[in-house]
Amino acid sequence: MSGKREWEDRTYKPFVAKTPERPVRFESLSGIPVEPLYTPEDLEGTTYADRLGHPGEYPFTRGVYPTMYRGRLWTMRMFAGFGRPEDTNARFKYLLAQGQTGLSTAFDMPALMGYDADHPRARGEVGKEGVSVSTLADFERLFADIPLGEVTTSMTINCTASVALAMYLAVAEKQGVAWDRVGGTMQNDMLKEFIAQKEWICPPEPAVRIVTDMIEFTARHVPRFNPVSISGYHIREAGSTAVQELAFTLADGLAYVEAALARGLDVDGFAPRLSFFFDIHNDFFEEIAKLRAARRLWARFMKERFGATKPESMRLRTHTQTAGASATAQQPLNNIARVAIQALAAVLGGAQSLHTNSYDETWALPTEDAVTVALRTQQILAEETNVALTIDPLGGSYFLETLTDRMEAAALEYIRKIDGMGGMIRAIDAGYPQKEIADAAYRYQLMDDRREKVVVGVNKYVMPEGRPINYLRIDEAVELEQIEKVGRFKAARDTAKVERRLTQLGDACRNGQNVMPVLIDAVKDYASLGEISDVYRQVFGLYREPIIF
Amino acid sequence: MTERTVRVVVAKPGLDGHDRGAKIVARALRDAGFEVIYTGLHQTPEQIVATAVQEDADAIGLSVLSGAHTYLFTRVLELLAEKGAEDVAVFGGGIIPPEDVTALKAMGVKEIFTPGASTQDIVRFVREHIRAAV
Repeated sequence: MSGKREWEDRTYKPFVAKTPERPVRFESLSGIPVEPLYTPEDLEGTTYADRLGHPGEYPFTRGVYPTMYRGRLWTMRMFAGFGRPEDTNARFKYLLAQGQTGLSTAFDMPALMGYDADHPRARGEVGKEGVSVSTLADFERLFADIPLGEVTTSMTINCTASVALAMYLAVAEKQGVAWDRVGGTMQNDMLKEFIAQKEWICPPEPAVRIVTDMIEFTARHVPRFNPVSISGYHIREAGSTAVQELAFTLADGLAYVEAALARGLDVDGFAPRLSFFFDIHNDFFEEIAKLRAARRLWARFMKERFGATKPESMRLRTHTQTAGASATAQQPLNNIARVAIQALAAVLGGAQSLHTNSYDETWALPTEDAVTVALRTQQILAEETNVALTIDPLGGSYFLETLTDRMEAAALEYIRKIDGMGGMIRAIDAGYPQKEIADAAYRYQLMDDRREKVVVGVNKYVMPEGRPINYLRIDEAVELEQIEKVGRFKAARDTAKVERRLTQLGDACRNGQNVMPVLIDAVKDYASLGEISDVYRQVFGLYREPIIF
Repeated sequence: MTERTVRVVVAKPGLDGHDRGAKIVARALRDAGFEVIYTGLHQTPEQIVATAVQEDADAIGLSVLSGAHTYLFTRVLELLAEKGAEDVAVFGGGIIPPEDVTALKAMGVKEIFTPGASTQDIVRFVREHIRAAV
């Protein structure tokens, strides 16, 4: 058989000369050129055992578990949270009743930034972008009747994640569930906050110190809990390319491992509980390649750079979410198709859990109807399409394997650059990932505006807008109710006890003692999320970002 | 007398950290020749209005994706009125449902851009509707 070059000369080029190809850019969303054809020649020099390996074996390119979805389907985990704790509790129960297999909590902006509902800075934001929580009483209502020993809960919360973990463990205790039976995930990835999601209290160094406290504490006392979910999602949604998402996320992961090692922890003692979270965007093959490259890179870093010996330490387990930024407000039902295709990419990429976005989220938080379609999309994939029957069905594809290698190489180049700057914290201080993302986001927008990139229903196939869709409204009364409730609750506490706990916390922050045990006592005595955050603000100071645009 | 360049404050009010849109708009307006002051994140309405007054801005562009738009836009308009700076035009964008867009415009917000708006739309709006105060 002749080679690819010969095919090009003999068959392809003469054909193209007569019948030109479409006048589009043949490149991935990250700008990686895509050739007309991939053949076995592209994989020459690739050793199966070295680059791919069998599922459940190093370097885990084909999947982190030996049976993958044959053993257990991915966790269907829909992100939910709005209004009062009881509103979100009702949505949780609805989702579990619809066959969802894990919970995922969205908190409102005040909770995410360390303010109680009754703080002046919370005005207008209470319960709007997530559920409002200020004290343990709110957490108790949020998880009422949900057995924390059986259902795992993921919480998207970062600079106040330590408070949420303390409250969650306190609720478990009240339910009579031992901490070693509690499973779940805190997002708690502060580095990507400075890079992309932009919710913070104190500067990167103390922020990472608290993350490390949580890694240390859960490794000892809550062994089924993932103390951090190293997240590319927000990096991508802020406008990065897939390559940047991959690179910056892994670089963040390296920084957490280094911080935990500097604390004196044994790598195999905490690494198995590090988890990840990636975006799944429109470029189908690139997204699958990204997840495969991520697994291979992480396995190699853990083994070669950090000397991990347990296979569990080398496994990159990841949550995924379809790309919010790819959804359009125009012709919103088209988003259902986008989400289905992105969800398929997540599954073919070997994700451990998945959130599918709702079609109405460019207008507001999703309605129950829209969430149901999104969840059903996952169930159709899992139970009607047969894509989950064999492991890594696309493995060995000439194109996909080549793309996986390209993503890996491009990400490594970024990671080397960040290593050269002294690691991710230094790179953030220099504004490097922030600037890279802002530039990529601007380029992407201009491509969109100039119609170099098609957005169906927005810059092509445009239609006059139909009837507006139904969307979720948060009653303004929620805010007043929460303010009133928190105020009443605070007035009824033993304030001397609360003061004492907050002083202890301040001491722990200053003297380097792990904050978690003190925090758990503090929330049990009803110190609030805002009061605890005030201690962080006083001891560590406020972060001010370099303004880059 | 030559007309001075239109000066726009682009701001992120409230606690919302989604700054992709605000930064793109700031950059697109700057590239289109306007003078842009980007406030950075987590600004209170008081801080934003103070910046606008201090910088003698002709317009304030607010970006809100957290659902808190009604409170935050209203507060900025109120504060401008209190300072006698009603001539500063307020426009904005974000995840804002159609009903709220109508309500905000009725209150005096000049324009609201929702997902799918292009940078050209926004540049055109500023060029056509914002005048530099003399």
